[in-house]
Amino acid sequence: MSTQADLLPGTLDLLILKAVSLGSLHGYGILLRIEQISRGALLIEQGALYPALFRLVRQGLLKASWGTSDNNRRAKYYELTSAGRKRLREEHEGWNRLVAAMGSALAAEPEQS
Amino acid sequence: MFSYLRQLFSSLFHRAQLDADLDEELRAHIARHADDLQRSGLPRSEAERQARIAFGSPGKAKEQCREQLPAFWLETLYADIRFGLRMLRKNPTFTTTAILTLALGIGANTAIFQLLDAIRLRTLPVQDPQQLAEIRIIGGNNGLGINEQYGQLTRPLWQALREHQQSFSDVLAWGVNQRYIGQGADMRRFKGLWVTGNFFQILGVQPWRGRLLLPEDASSCPITHAVVSYGYWQNVLGGRDLSEGIKFVADGDLVEVVGVTPPKFFGVVVGDYFDIALPFCVPPGGLQRNLFDVSVMGRLKPHSTVSSASAELAALSPGLFEATAPPGYGPDDTKTYKNFRLAVYPAAVGVSELRQYDRSLYLLLGITGLVLLIACANLANLMLARASARQSEIAVRLALGATRARVIRQLLLESALLAAVGAAIGVGLAQVLGRLLIREISTQENHVSLVLVADWCVLLFVSTATVLTCIVFGTAPALRATSTQPLDAMKSGGRVSAGHDRLTFQQFMTVTQIAISLVLLVGALLFVRSFRNLMTMDPGMRERGVTAAFLGFWQSHIPKERWLEFRHELLQQVQAVPGVLSAANTTNVPLSGQSWSHSVQVGSHQDPSKFTWVSADYFTTMGIPIRQGRAFSPEDTASSPRVAVVNATFVRNFFGDANPIGQTLRTIAEPDYPSTVYQIVGVIPDTRYSALREPIPPMAFAPATQCPSPGPWTAVMIHSNIPTATVAAAAKARLKEKYPDVLAEFFDFQAGIQDSLIEERLMATFSGFFGVLAALLTMIGVYGVISYLVAARRNEIGIRMALGATRLNVVSLFLRQALLALALGILIGTLLALVATRGAATLLYGLHPNDPLTFIVAIALLIFIALLGSLLAARRAATIDPMIALRYE
Repeated sequence: MSTQADLLPGTLDLLILKAVSLGSLHGYGILLRIEQISRGALLIEQGALYPALFRLVRQGLLKASWGTSDNNRRAKYYELTSAGRKRLREEHEGWNRLVAAMGSALAAEPEQS
Repeated sequence: MFSYLRQLFSSLFHRAQLDADLDEELRAHIARHADDLQRSGLPRSEAERQARIAFGSPGKAKEQCREQLPAFWLETLYADIRFGLRMLRKNPTFTTTAILTLALGIGANTAIFQLLDAIRLRTLPVQDPQQLAEIRIIGGNNGLGINEQYGQLTRPLWQALREHQQSFSDVLAWGVNQRYIGQGADMRRFKGLWVTGNFFQILGVQPWRGRLLLPEDASSCPITHAVVSYGYWQNVLGGRDLSEGIKFVADGDLVEVVGVTPPKFFGVVVGDYFDIALPFCVPPGGLQRNLFDVSVMGRLKPHSTVSSASAELAALSPGLFEATAPPGYGPDDTKTYKNFRLAVYPAAVGVSELRQYDRSLYLLLGITGLVLLIACANLANLMLARASARQSEIAVRLALGATRARVIRQLLLESALLAAVGAAIGVGLAQVLGRLLIREISTQENHVSLVLVADWCVLLFVSTATVLTCIVFGTAPALRATSTQPLDAMKSGGRVSAGHDRLTFQQFMTVTQIAISLVLLVGALLFVRSFRNLMTMDPGMRERGVTAAFLGFWQSHIPKERWLEFRHELLQQVQAVPGVLSAANTTNVPLSGQSWSHSVQVGSHQDPSKFTWVSADYFTTMGIPIRQGRAFSPEDTASSPRVAVVNATFVRNFFGDANPIGQTLRTIAEPDYPSTVYQIVGVIPDTRYSALREPIPPMAFAPATQCPSPGPWTAVMIHSNIPTATVAAAAKARLKEKYPDVLAEFFDFQAGIQDSLIEERLMATFSGFFGVLAALLTMIGVYGVISYLVAARRNEIGIRMALGATRLNVVSLFLRQALLALALGILIGTLLALVATRGAATLLYGLHPNDPLTFIVAIALLIFIALLGSLLAARRAATIDPMIALRYE
């Protein structure tokens, strides 16, 4: 049984928002954090990360700013905007609803006659 | 909206900055990953390598980021266009060839189709044209009576029809003629449209200014009102306000202009126009019953159809023709007349004499279609060759991170760019060619006025055909290329070693091109030779140095009894003009399309014969020798015995081998021409009569002084050793001085003859042009294919030459390839040509459509061209330096 799940399309954005909500991060850090909070079950394709970040910034859900990282390298840090926070909340609720619905649908037993 | 624009600007201007930022970010990411890997124990270089692999292509990531920028599509479009232009500029031959091919293909096809459409398909600019129908005699009237242009019925017939018919809500009649406006020597021609009072009402034409003609205007003679066409109103009348009261003398009647027809209304003759519309009126002497000068049309009642109307009219016919039979004809002719039957024909597309060009124009359309095919085949080959050669370039781009979509889009854009430029030029060319075509079919007299509306339908079709070819063949190979792994494509270096399928497709195209070119070349040669036959045909009389004149004196108030004498006076005036070597009166100008004949009886044999009344110097003026007997002399006067000179065909027809001199012929009675007996006093050799292509009819000439029914006009043939313009000016001045009321018109005889050959000239010019074009395109096509092969097998050539092959060996290697395609193409082409030319048999003169000489010359020409093309291309193969070729990967 594989411990890794396939990422449903569209969920990358949600994961990024969640990861960033826990504290501002640079790109690589976001990657690590997602891996961490999903307990290793979700591995992100590295190449897909930056276009997604770019998109979120353009949509105004993330804010990017240059800063220095721990090892004195220049890095671009991302943090949530208020719109981003709102979106995260909405998406989270929507996700929960979806999961509940799917769960009850899949737990259905054959009708007792 | 604002933010979008702001982002647009920022992304455009800060692109470089954005790029650099992204670059740095990605590098940092990979570096961090490498750090982590190094911490887990890998050496630095290995860590970096694995980090890079894990990340994938940074170029791709950057590209995906850039794609999201609002200005991205603009940027890429701009970049792609610039790249495309650069690529096209790098290959000027390819680019020019492709564009020219496109332009000519699209332009020619559109022009011809537009012309055909205008002549054939344009419906009348009237209300509900589909309800209109024409009434004609089945089979025509066999030349009985006097026939004017478009004259199907007589006016008495129309009147009788109107009274008795039931199928039409109303019927109208119209006729066209060129008459004169003004008076005396200042008379000028105008194109008149004579109409019955209900003409405009039935057709539902709305006036542009004033009002159009009504039944009241046609009630009595003389007429007082007229309507002018928009063109005439603008050009000649200066667009003046009608309330000023514009009056002039038209065909002898003083009329006032009461209205103007709309710009789109050209009458009912497609391709023609009219200047002034005048109402028919009934002259006090009644209507002439043997003058077929009107066409009759009507609007069908809602429940009538063409067939039901035909049936009704067929039933009415006996009564109608009985009641309107013209007096003065013999019993046979009268019986023929009474046996005429009427029928109804649809009239929505109007009538046209230009319809006679139908066959030629359809042929031309077929020819241009074929040229289009060749052009497309050429384009396909060119595009394929080029796209295949760029495989390695495409592979590199893919490896660098370009998305498939982007590459394909760029290639598409390039092909589309080519197609757009070619199509734009083609559209312009279509206009030019169209105008050229119209000029070709116009003559000095008959100026064709057609409105060539830019037909979007045609343009769309033709453009789509060629543009599609361009795009499909430009991108298809690229599509295939992008689906292979870039590494494989790069390794093979874009070479096609065993690309069999692609090769035979190109060869198939080449064979097709050659076959079609052969058909076109054969056609072109046939038409050119046929035209030449006609141009160099001897009409049997003098052509050069002859001026034809038309003198009209109906304005001069000369009593009818003096007309014959006056004609002679006018002739004397013309003869006295300096430079005139001889001049003669005649009732018919040869090769002018006019005709006059009588039924002639010799013994028991009765047949029609042409009849012309000429003055004594006619045969000398026209350079016609007298074979037997004598010509006319001053002794042949009005009171001397009736004499005639006949031509060789007449003799053959009526007398066989017997000597006709001294024998008599008798003309059958006709109105104004009582039956007369003529004694034959001379025989002349055959000369052409009204058209060059017509077989020579039996002809009889009689002295002008003995003409039974002279009109107030005469035609004069003038032989001079000075140019027509000079003679005309001098004669005109002289006549105006002495007889200011006499109308005098002159035209050059030879120019008139050449004008009558328009259709042939049209076909010769255009098929010749297209033949040359086809040959050129084929040569380019063959050159292209061989070049491609040379480029593809460069390595192989290098090896061969290094192993000792001479240049000749290499060249002949490629020539052999071309030869196969050539042989096949010629074979197929010959077969096609043999079949295709049959359709043109009627258009050719003096040539059999399968004329062997023509075929041989065409084949030889094509072989030469194809070999030339392949030789030029193969030569390049021979100039390859083996060392470079071997190194070429």
